[in-house]
This record gives sequence, structure tokens and C-alpha cells, in this order.
Amino acid sequence: MAKEYWRWKEYNWRDEKRDWRDGKVITGGVDVGSVSSQAVIMVDGEIYAFSNMRTGSNSPDSAVNAMNWALEETGISMDDFDFIVGTGYGRVNVPYADKAITEIACHARGGNYMYGPTVRTILDMGGQDCKAILCDERGKVTNFLMNDKCAAGTGRGMEVFADLLNVSIEEVGDLSLDVEEEPPPVSSTCVVFAKSEASQLLRDGWSRSRVLAAYCSAMAHRVFSLLERVGVQKDFAITGGIAKNTGVVSRLEKELGLTALQPRHDTQIAGALGAALFATTLVEKGKGRKKSQTAVTG
Amino acid sequence: MITVGIDAGAKNIKITFLKDGEVIATGISPSGFDQNAASEALMNETLAKVGLTHSDVDVICSTGAGRKVVPGAKHVLTEVSAMARGSLFLRPDVRTVIDVGAEEGRAIRCNEAGKVEDFAVNEKCAAGSGAFTEAMARALEVSLEELGKLSLTSSASVPMNAQCAVFAESEVISLLHASTPKQDIAKAIHDAIASRIMSMCRRVGINPAIMLVGGVARNVGFVQSLRTAMEEEVFVPDNPEFVGSLGAALIAADREVETATA
Amino acid sequence: MKANYGYMDGSGDYFITIDTDKCVECETRACVAACPANLFVIEEDDWDDLVALIAQDKRKSVKYDCAPCKPVTDRPPLPCMAECPFDAIEHSW
Repeated sequence: MAKEYWRWKEYNWRDEKRDWRDGKVITGGVDVGSVSSQAVIMVDGEIYAFSNMRTGSNSPDSAVNAMNWALEETGISMDDFDFIVGTGYGRVNVPYADKAITEIACHARGGNYMYGPTVRTILDMGGQDCKAILCDERGKVTNFLMNDKCAAGTGRGMEVFADLLNVSIEEVGDLSLDVEEEPPPVSSTCVVFAKSEASQLLRDGWSRSRVLAAYCSAMAHRVFSLLERVGVQKDFAITGGIAKNTGVVSRLEKELGLTALQPRHDTQIAGALGAALFATTLVEKGKGRKKSQTAVTG
Repeated sequence: MITVGIDAGAKNIKITFLKDGEVIATGISPSGFDQNAASEALMNETLAKVGLTHSDVDVICSTGAGRKVVPGAKHVLTEVSAMARGSLFLRPDVRTVIDVGAEEGRAIRCNEAGKVEDFAVNEKCAAGSGAFTEAMARALEVSLEELGKLSLTSSASVPMNAQCAVFAESEVISLLHASTPKQDIAKAIHDAIASRIMSMCRRVGINPAIMLVGGVARNVGFVQSLRTAMEEEVFVPDNPEFVGSLGAALIAADREVETATA
Repeated sequence: MKANYGYMDGSGDYFITIDTDKCVECETRACVAACPANLFVIEEDDWDDLVALIAQDKRKSVKYDCAPCKPVTDRPPLPCMAECPFDAIEHSW
């Protein structure tokens, strides 16, 4: 089988400095996206463990797998949770969640925690969508816009290019910056047409770096116009998989004339993190599970 | 008088030779990487086919996405005027022309004199053009021709959620994984593109008779879906991909006559 | 909150914006009946406010669904905007 260049690595993490048994409130957030799924476990409102995996063909299984991987070696069992919130595209299919909240609200909440209360604009560039979210100092959404109809400006568009050029998705950004001068952006917005345009550029003798530079700047411009529609305010932050693509991020920052905040955690977990934060608030409001009645699913 | 219409499309170049109001030859070839060279070659090939030389041609008129680079063109026309002229020549009662090409779709409303009253174009997005059906055929691993025929054998209506060609490709693959019959997926694909074309038509307003032209009109599955969505008869000419070049050749002839009588 | 439902694609921007701060005040919910394409539904949002939103399955096709209300030549007032008592609805195209 041919190498699949769009594949990225899966991983999990846990805080080895703390013991969850010392905590009082244990909450979970799981974000089942169209491409990747994350689970976050919080102990007393601080991240304790998380996982990041590819979403399989079945949302409930992906939700279970992501949570099991985050739980791995922590000694926490499903019975220990006070509340779990599901979010993302597959949020209604999380078998063990107590509530489903949209990814818009969760990203704002997660972004507020991850970047601090000064963050006003959160751009989430996911695998199959792109969201521009404005929020207040409490992480409550004031304006949002989500584009999940068109592959342009999403991770999916980038995957198509990575595959076309036989470059692994993690290397796209750095490779696109390896050009002597910035080429004009790819002119087609539509991924299908941009792909034909790129094939033509390769035939014209363009290097892979140059083609990627042209595509990354087209994508940056696309995302810029999405942000313009909601009206960017400082501070600005980027979450989601594409936040790791330096080729798009640096070009977008240049176009915006703003520098994105540096995250305290992995940018892909923002949604799951927000979900876990909502769960924590709900427990604080006395809406948590009565632990003895909790059924374990999955 | 011999006039030539060249329709330099995104995927194919089409040529029509017109002698005193009669089509004497047509030709088609891929646009390739060098559209200029491709139209030159197609011109020479078609000339040879009918035993003519360059000097026998009175005037060349170009249209299509690559119309500005067609060598020797005296007139350069938009697709809208060419398609309208060509369609009304084939069927004088046509008032709505729907053109679906490789990379764009358009709906044109015209009056009884063939004058364009209104039109809507969908380009720059593969959904709603031939590129969409092509990508879906690839995902289903069937030829375009098979895709059309398969669709006719289905009476199911499976909804397609994705609008974007890239996302629709993944959806087709998930439908296959879920063991949805191929013919039902084929029909879903054509229903999806037909509904996009329909909405464009509603924007311009539909008056019968309706004619469907452009390469995608060859796709019997799409035609069927469009007829169902339209709830009206949709006429498809014998050579739908040549209507643009025919229109261009006709307009070239019209203009020669106008100049001569002016 | 300004909620933008719709999308951008190669052909343009197609968004319906609902200002939920205004919408939450509404008792008539006239938009639901006004829209011939049934785009509007009334649901609880993430902050437990009952507001109008664009139905999930219509968000990727607003350009197509709204087409009958937006003919090319003569553009009558859009029924959803005309009926909304709080001027909470906007269209971007």
C-alpha cells in the first residue's frame, strides 16, 4: 500500500506530577471531530490527561477509544467521573457523555483557558471545517462563523495537497517556507480546481516548496477573509490541527498584522478541553452525576 | 460564406464549421496544457477533414474559458451569448438554456428574438459542474458513462449531505462502506448536482422550452435527475457539447452579414 | 451573540446572521413561518437561551435554499427579514 502522506501521529499525555486521588472533582471532555478525536480529563479544573487520535468510521467507538487512551495508566475508571461533556461533529454519539455542547462554545471556553482571558478571537482550523469565534473575557461567544461546507481553508484541503505532492502533513508548513521569494498564491479557491492548478505549476517546473508556498498563502488569505467577516479583535489565537502548520500561520499573521498567542497546551485539544471545563462548571452548579448510579458504557 | 466557431473550454476544445447556415464539420480535442497549440491543431485537422484550407474560412469566432487565446479569432464572445444563439438555432422556441460544462454551470433566460434577458453563472466551485460528477465517478470507480446509466436503474433517494466535491467524495466512499447500492449512490450524485442547477435556474426564472447543453448533458443520469427536479421537459440536442461553438460560428456569420449590409 | 450560519465557497460568501441577543426577546417567532424553505427552527442554544437558528441540515445549502426569494432581476424584500420584529436577521449576499 502506498504511503499515506496525510496521516499524522496519535498520542496521549498525562500529568505525572500530580495524583488524581488528591483531587475532588473529576470531569471529562471528548471532542469527536470528523478527522480527529480528543479526550481531556480534568482534575479540579486543571488538565490531568489527554489523548489525540484519528476518528474511525464510527463516532461512538472513536469516542470510547479516545477516552480509554486518555485514561491509560492513570488508574482512573469511568466510574470516577463527576460529569462528561461531548462536543464536535459526533457529539450526540458519545455513549458515556452526560451532555452535548456545540464545538463553537467549547472552543471559546477551551481557548479562554488555554490562552488566558485576554483572548478575543479564536480561529479553529479543523480537519473538515474552519471556525472564527469572537468571545468575551469569560470565554462566552459573542460572534461566530463556521465554514464546514467547503474544503478550501480546512485541513482537508491541505491533505489533498500533501497527497498530491507526496509530502507528509507535518512537513508541509516548514517546506512551504523554504522558498527564496514568495510566489503568487494559487488563484482557485476550490480545492478541486486548485489541485489542477498545482499540477500545472509542477509541470511548469515549480518546486514542491514553491507550490506549497502558493497554496499555504492562498489558504491564509481564505482564512483571513473568514476572520474579516466576524471582525478580528486582539488577542488572537489559533487552535486546531492547522495551528501547527507554520506555513499557513506565519502568512496569516502577516496578512492580519497580528501575532497569534502561544498556547499553553496542544492546540488540537481546545474543543475537548472546553467540554471538560463546561463539565466542571456544571458539577460546581450541583448538576454532576450521583456517582453510585453511574453506568459504565463502551 | 464559411465561418468557424471555436469553444475553448476548460477540458475540451470544440470547433464547428458553418457554411451558409449549415454545419459542415465539427471536431473536439482535449484542451491540454497549451490551449493555443491545441486549438491550432484542431483547426488544421478539421480543415483537412472537409478538404479546406485556411484561406477558405471567412471568419473565426471564439468563446469559452480560453477564448482570449484562440489564434486568428476576429470576434471573442462570452459563453452566454454563444450558448443562447446556438440553442435557439436548434430549437427556436427555447427560452431557457442550461449549460453545464467541465468547470462551470450557467442558466440563461432569453426572449423570442434570442436576446439574453438574464443569466446566472456558477464557476470557481466544482460543485454544480462536470468536475463534480467526474470526481464522484472516480470515487465510485466507474466511468462517467457508467455513472449515468447506473443512476437510471435506481429509484431510491439517498440524500447527499456534502455540497463540496472534496467532501462528497468521502461521503460516497462511506456510502460504499455502508453497502449502499452503487446505482443509488449514482442517483444521489446526480440529484445533488441537479438541485444546484435548479436553484440557479430559479434565480433567473424558468420559461419553457428548456434546453440543456454542454458536455455534462451527455450524462443520461444527470438529465433524468434534472427533468425530475424541473418538473418540465428538458430538451437535449444531439451534440450538446457543440452548441457553444455552433453559436459562435452563427454569430460570426450574423456579423459578416451585418457588416456587408451596413 | 451574532450567529453566522452558512458558508463561503469558491463562488462567494453565503451567510444568514441571527443576532441572538435580539432574538431571545421575541415571542412571535415569525421567521419560522415566514421562510418558504423552512430554514429557521427555534432551539435552546449552548447557554440555554431559546433562539432561532438555521436548521443543521440546511446550513450547507443556504445559497440554494434562498434562491427562490432572491431572483436575479427584481429583488423583493426577503420574507424572513420583513417578518422579524427585532431586525435580528441579516443576509450577506
